[in-house]
Amino acid sequence: MTQVRRFLTNNAVSILFVVIGVLGLRVSGLSLPFFLEDIVNRLARNSFMVLSLIIPVLAGLGLNFAIVLGAMAGQAAIIVVTHWKIPGLGGILLSILLAFPLAVVLGILTGRLLNRARGKEMITTLILGFFSNGIYQLVFLLLVGSVIPMKNDVLVLSSGVGLRTSIDLTGGLKNGLDDLLRIPFPVCAAVTGIVLLGVYLTRFFRRRSVRLGKMVGIGLLALFLIGWGLFQVYTRSMFNFVRVPVGTFLIVLGLCVFITFFTRTKLGQDMRTVGQDRHIAEVAGIDSDRIRIIAMVMSTVLASIGQIVFLQNLGTFSTYGSHEQAGMFAIAALLIGGASVAKATIGQALLGTLLFHTMFIVSPLAGRTLFGDAQLGEFFRAFVAYGIIGLSLALHSWKKQMQAREEARRSV
Amino acid sequence: MERNGRSVLEMKNISKEFYGNKVLKGINLSVQEGEIHGIVGENGAGKSTLMNILFGMSVIHSTGGFEGSIEFLGKPVRISSPFDAMALGIGMVHQEFMLIPGYSVTENIKLNREITKDNFFSKILGPGLRTLDWDSMGQDAKRALSKLEMDIDEWARIAGLPVGHMQFVEIARELDKQNLKLLVFDEPTAVLTESEADRLLSTLRKLAETGISILFITHRLHEIMEVCDRITVLRDGVQVATKSKSETTIEELARLMVGHSIESVGKRKVNLSERKTILKVRDLRVLMPGETVQKVDLDIKEGEIFGIGGLAGQGKIGIANGIMGLYDSSGSVEFDDKLLPLNNPREVLKRGLAFLSEDRRGVGLLLDMSVEMNIVAPAIEIHRKFLKDMGVFSVLDRSQIRAFAQDMIQKLDIRCLGPDQPVKRLSGGNQQKVCIAKALALEPKLLFVSEPTRGIDIGAKKRVLDTLVELNQKNGMTIVLTSSELAELRSICDRIAIISEGRVMGILDPDAEDAQFGLLMAGEYAVR
Repeated sequence: MTQVRRFLTNNAVSILFVVIGVLGLRVSGLSLPFFLEDIVNRLARNSFMVLSLIIPVLAGLGLNFAIVLGAMAGQAAIIVVTHWKIPGLGGILLSILLAFPLAVVLGILTGRLLNRARGKEMITTLILGFFSNGIYQLVFLLLVGSVIPMKNDVLVLSSGVGLRTSIDLTGGLKNGLDDLLRIPFPVCAAVTGIVLLGVYLTRFFRRRSVRLGKMVGIGLLALFLIGWGLFQVYTRSMFNFVRVPVGTFLIVLGLCVFITFFTRTKLGQDMRTVGQDRHIAEVAGIDSDRIRIIAMVMSTVLASIGQIVFLQNLGTFSTYGSHEQAGMFAIAALLIGGASVAKATIGQALLGTLLFHTMFIVSPLAGRTLFGDAQLGEFFRAFVAYGIIGLSLALHSWKKQMQAREEARRSV
Repeated sequence: MERNGRSVLEMKNISKEFYGNKVLKGINLSVQEGEIHGIVGENGAGKSTLMNILFGMSVIHSTGGFEGSIEFLGKPVRISSPFDAMALGIGMVHQEFMLIPGYSVTENIKLNREITKDNFFSKILGPGLRTLDWDSMGQDAKRALSKLEMDIDEWARIAGLPVGHMQFVEIARELDKQNLKLLVFDEPTAVLTESEADRLLSTLRKLAETGISILFITHRLHEIMEVCDRITVLRDGVQVATKSKSETTIEELARLMVGHSIESVGKRKVNLSERKTILKVRDLRVLMPGETVQKVDLDIKEGEIFGIGGLAGQGKIGIANGIMGLYDSSGSVEFDDKLLPLNNPREVLKRGLAFLSEDRRGVGLLLDMSVEMNIVAPAIEIHRKFLKDMGVFSVLDRSQIRAFAQDMIQKLDIRCLGPDQPVKRLSGGNQQKVCIAKALALEPKLLFVSEPTRGIDIGAKKRVLDTLVELNQKNGMTIVLTSSELAELRSICDRIAIISEGRVMGILDPDAEDAQFGLLMAGEYAVR
């Protein structure tokens, strides 16, 4: 009973959003295949970005609002590549390559700044995001065309100075990654089931120390996925029109594997140590400043790739706005998944992305059905994104206070 | 026992200044192979600074370094970071645990010395990406723990371990270092129970026999006498003496450390029956976790020092906390013939009661604030003192605050760099004095004092008690002193109540027989 209660209180936020999502889905009247089509796309789009937030949390830097800087680096690279008219996968790889050095430099600068603003990392990254937005605007609104030579009727404003407010990637980077390989959803489900089964069977036979309940659960899930997938393929249901961008998901999977691997390395362990207690880490001889800078660089670089993945999926972006949303929404998604300022896992990031975007899809429609106004759903969306960040920050510091009080009590 | 082994550590003519304040003056310290060398000194005598220098801590180097030289194994060395110290083979068991609660015992023992394996990425991208080898790390941890004969699960999380075990995990971490030559123990027994402390001392001896030199810092003189070969005494940053054990006694060490001989506080007889009852407590219950008060009746006379004693966890701490309104309580309390509202700290303070909490750092002080603001904050809040009225609003009267704080610093001998130093940088004894000053600013009629000498060295202890007696005699302040140390209660109190199982077992004269106190504490019978 206490276990159940603890589970409920610890995961209150996520559970709330599952309930909102399910109810919203019912009210909106969306059919499951349509919903699936949308959510699969959005998962492919945003997961990478949300995952890029995990490493700074590990290093004790909290939620990195400065992934906005990474997003800017990614966007700058996309603008260059679009200007050069390099389409498809080649364009995407080139833009990742171009964004890389820029993101590294920005990450180092951010890291050094944070080392001077210890204990106030989150507010610093938040304000840093706003500040760098000013520089970004200066470069692309004033310097492009005047100082930086650029002749391009499609991208540049008719005055010849500054970029247009929105950039269309159609015929360029759009879906460069997604369209590598698209597979109908049921097939994808069946393949996932088979892989899952294979992985866990080998693990089961290699090491016997796996928990049986978990094994059975995963086995059943795998079998269900295979069965359901094959059934849908056989009946040629609507689900077969949902086509999964496998390339993008493989990159996301790659990142998940990398993060898991990374936490098991020396550097990852150092990062966790610094995150748990910087003072103790330093006494043990860990250069915590350096570790924090590395964490920021990794996060910024991943965010730059994340933004490229995001925009190639979307196919168009607002030159002066897309990066701004990237930070807030990714952080909201991570928090909805049950993460906190001090702890974030891959599972929480993925679950959070799923729940956050479910709400995105569902709320305008639900708003229209319930109140006759899609705008209300839109309002709800913004309300939730900012509300959840505020709530979770407040909850975190409250928990910390309670812990401190508890400790004080115990020491008496 | 004298050892004529080779010298492991020579610290020569070490001096250190913090912002113009000399905290160490020409210290010479030498430690031989396999020697246990004790360092004693009051809080603030410079022990920690000396160790920080030895360890190359950044506090030292960010404040201008130090003067003097260090030789290790006969060679001059520069220690500019803890890493340098570790590389030389100097280990430290810290006073505050340097353990990460969320990590397992193994992870803590191998902190930043993790055993790693190569993998595909580490070969390309560098050793930072080598994978941790959990199996060998666990084996190493187990080996280090077995050297201490400790049966601790090497995969248990630190957070759930008893305090004593944490101490041994710290030691195991140092033992796990292959080249360990010198191990520093910074007040290792402060948090241990008696049996754990005994075990630690025998461990110390065993380690010394294997050739490891030990620097042992503690307040407890009998421990020093029990294990050390030689003892260095520091006082106010000066090396007062270095003696071998055979040449000295506990009494001499205590005298050297404090600088003036310890004498018991002069007691005076007061006829209490003529005095009026200032605080009348009936049927008090306090829900303080770990120190629950069941049912307490007390009559405290005006102008007396009333002692409350008893074993830990029996509820003696809860009484003052309950009356002051810090924990949920019920019953009736009359102060100065008026009923005192319970669970209302503000009103209680207004009526002229004040409280020196046993939780100095948590309840007693605003750690990040300056000495002067700590002293005046409650008086500003409760009595609106130290304020200049500007009509619509009032502002702090800085000059008045400064004058009052400086007066207090002088009167109570608070050792600080000035009224604007943050209190968290003061030693425990000086923090306690700030608490006293804070209570004085409230000009209370009755002062509750809980465990005023906990974690404070002998010299400061005596000064704190002297101050309390002075307040009582000169200002006629009624004092209710709660303490775990019976000797302390008996030295200054007029009457002592012994609490057991949340009730008053009996009230005794300070010169009642030891056996009576003992029986009451054990809850054997109640005398009235």
